[in-house]
Amino acid sequence: MPNKIFLVVKREYFARVKKRSFIVATILTPLIFPSILGIFLWIGMSDTVGDSARFIEVVDENREFFLESNDLFVFSYGSLSVAEAKEMVQNGSRYGFLHIPKIDLSSPQGITFYAGETPGMSVISGLESSLRSKIEELKLLNSGVDRELLSKLKTSVSIRSIRLGQTGNEAVSNSVVNYAIGFLSGILIYTFIFVYGNQIMQGVIEEKSSRIVEILVSSLKPFQLMMGKIIGIGAVGLTQFLIWIALISVVSTIVMGYFGMKMPQQELLEQTGSVDMAWMESSSELPEMIQMIQGIDFVPLVFSFLIYFVGGYLLYGAFFAAIGAAVDSPSDAQQFMFPVTIPLLIGYMGLFIFVLDDPNSRVSYWLSVIPFTSPVAMMGRVSFGVPISELILSISLLVLGFLFTTWSAGKIYKIGILVHGTKVNYRTLWRWIKEN
Amino acid sequence: MQILSIKGLNKTYGSHVALKDFDLEVEKGKVFGLLGPNGAGKTTLIRIVNQIIDRDSGEITINGEPLRMNHVRNIGYLPEERGLYKGMRVDEQLLYFAQIKGLKSAEAKAKIHTWLERLGLLSWKAKKVEELSKGMAQKVQFIATVIHEPKLLILDEPFSGFDPVNAEIIKNEILELKRQGTTIMLSTHRMESVELLCDHIAMINRSRKILDGPVKAIKKAAKTSRFTVSLRPAEGVVLPIWEDYVAEEDRVTFSISLEGKLPNERLIELMNYGEVLHFEETIPSIEEIFIQKITESHAQ
Repeated sequence: MPNKIFLVVKREYFARVKKRSFIVATILTPLIFPSILGIFLWIGMSDTVGDSARFIEVVDENREFFLESNDLFVFSYGSLSVAEAKEMVQNGSRYGFLHIPKIDLSSPQGITFYAGETPGMSVISGLESSLRSKIEELKLLNSGVDRELLSKLKTSVSIRSIRLGQTGNEAVSNSVVNYAIGFLSGILIYTFIFVYGNQIMQGVIEEKSSRIVEILVSSLKPFQLMMGKIIGIGAVGLTQFLIWIALISVVSTIVMGYFGMKMPQQELLEQTGSVDMAWMESSSELPEMIQMIQGIDFVPLVFSFLIYFVGGYLLYGAFFAAIGAAVDSPSDAQQFMFPVTIPLLIGYMGLFIFVLDDPNSRVSYWLSVIPFTSPVAMMGRVSFGVPISELILSISLLVLGFLFTTWSAGKIYKIGILVHGTKVNYRTLWRWIKEN
Repeated sequence: MQILSIKGLNKTYGSHVALKDFDLEVEKGKVFGLLGPNGAGKTTLIRIVNQIIDRDSGEITINGEPLRMNHVRNIGYLPEERGLYKGMRVDEQLLYFAQIKGLKSAEAKAKIHTWLERLGLLSWKAKKVEELSKGMAQKVQFIATVIHEPKLLILDEPFSGFDPVNAEIIKNEILELKRQGTTIMLSTHRMESVELLCDHIAMINRSRKILDGPVKAIKKAAKTSRFTVSLRPAEGVVLPIWEDYVAEEDRVTFSISLEGKLPNERLIELMNYGEVLHFEETIPSIEEIFIQKITESHAQ
């Protein structure tokens, strides 16, 4: 009997993988992603070229504001008049000019920036922060603080966050990285369920409307046909994802390499390989980054991702198959999409609003335990670290949920595939489940 | 020996009774016709035998063994509503159907080749079904039904949708399979095909069996002891009042009953009225029997 499921899986898999549309989508999608990345990088790079040339003339009537040039701005102090400075901007020899009239340090007013174009937020806020620290410095000096003390006051702070494991192991964690992992895996699972769940539904409708299904179920059990289809299409999806990951990595590496950047994993490899220790020491941030990535426990992460990825797909896949069996055409399916869309959406919204915001809150707990939302929501918690007991509970409920949806969907499927031209509503579906 | 035996079969859909205390015996090597108006329960019966739907109660045996999933290997089923995967190649499709019936790949491929050749489809082997004409697709469906050489072939309205040429081809294939020992059970409302093909028939009406038996016996039982006569009247003879009387240019046609006499005695009597051109026992067609039985059962 499992042999028959395998035959269906094989047919579903190869019928799709051999299609021209599959090959085109599989090859083109990963090319689109790096191309977009490349375009942004190109724009970004040409933009920085413009940034480096931002010469700003300062017209300071106080003769006190000697702003330090930095990556964004080069300040020049030519003791020009306002009119002369305006002219320099107009003829393009300066990006803009900053007019600082005589001001009272306690309430500085009337500082104006003139430029040939509307400056972006980053320009204005950059100028503001330069001026703010200059004014603060001047105030401190005026109140008698000596210059040496002032330079000692400047301190750079960054917090190291360490997650204490139950076994007492300490791991450097970073909520941004955890956020990104939770966010990405949640979205991947959500997308996968929707895209391939829809394919299951289309496939069932096709077999039903072409009347091939009655021939099939005279040779195999409806349940075998349904499971074979769900597994086969899931395998198609996994194949596509794996090819995408491989292609995106390769093409992105090429694109980034062209712009002289490195993929994170390459950086990591080079650094852990202690190729350039001196360079590492010079930058204090990079070993921290390695520690952070090392701090992520990849094994349970990948493991739970696979469980929720497959579990969520199987749980909803059965639903999609049942919907396909209950209707005659895809347009009729809309009315039954509700029970599928809503819990998935709750999981998806919950991931952003509650789980990623506070992975250990009560709402996050329930979202990650209930099988209809857990495939999407739990990944947001797993990345931050979740007690093993909760993980086991969630996975057990997911398995139970899968058994339940497959069992009830199987009943709907069994009757639905043979019913044509009848208006089916929720009451009919309930009767089909009950009567079997 | 019975290949299929059904006893006390019941099936209801909600409040609708589809089959009621249904019994049926299908003898090995025969062509069995299942007749009945639409909605009588034919398709339900066929689907239950094919284990597509479950029965409420009743016993079904195949070759004396209670019906179970393994029996699909010995049954071939052509449903009334049938289709194929449009985007799949003919040979791959047939291979899939053969494999889900339990055939090994190599064995199936050899049989596919033989059948495609036999029905003149060999050059279409690698084509997708959507490129085939309707008639060709129907032949492919027929091959899919018989590829695993079933002992029992169940055909639901096998001739519906076939053009006359293809219907003839399929009819001959059915007779050929019968010659090779396959038992065939077919449901149809085309009575002329029943008389030509079937050895045995059962009639279903309103979820019950109303008639069951060999075609010859059924027809014999339906005989009304009436004869159709055609004669050229002798000159000056006054003809009695006959039923179904039709006068033509040089002859009259009518029907008579035997009135308790032997056919030859009646024939001698008729000779007194002129020259007898035609004297034949009236045997009702299956269609007439069918209509009569349905009317009777409705009257009850």
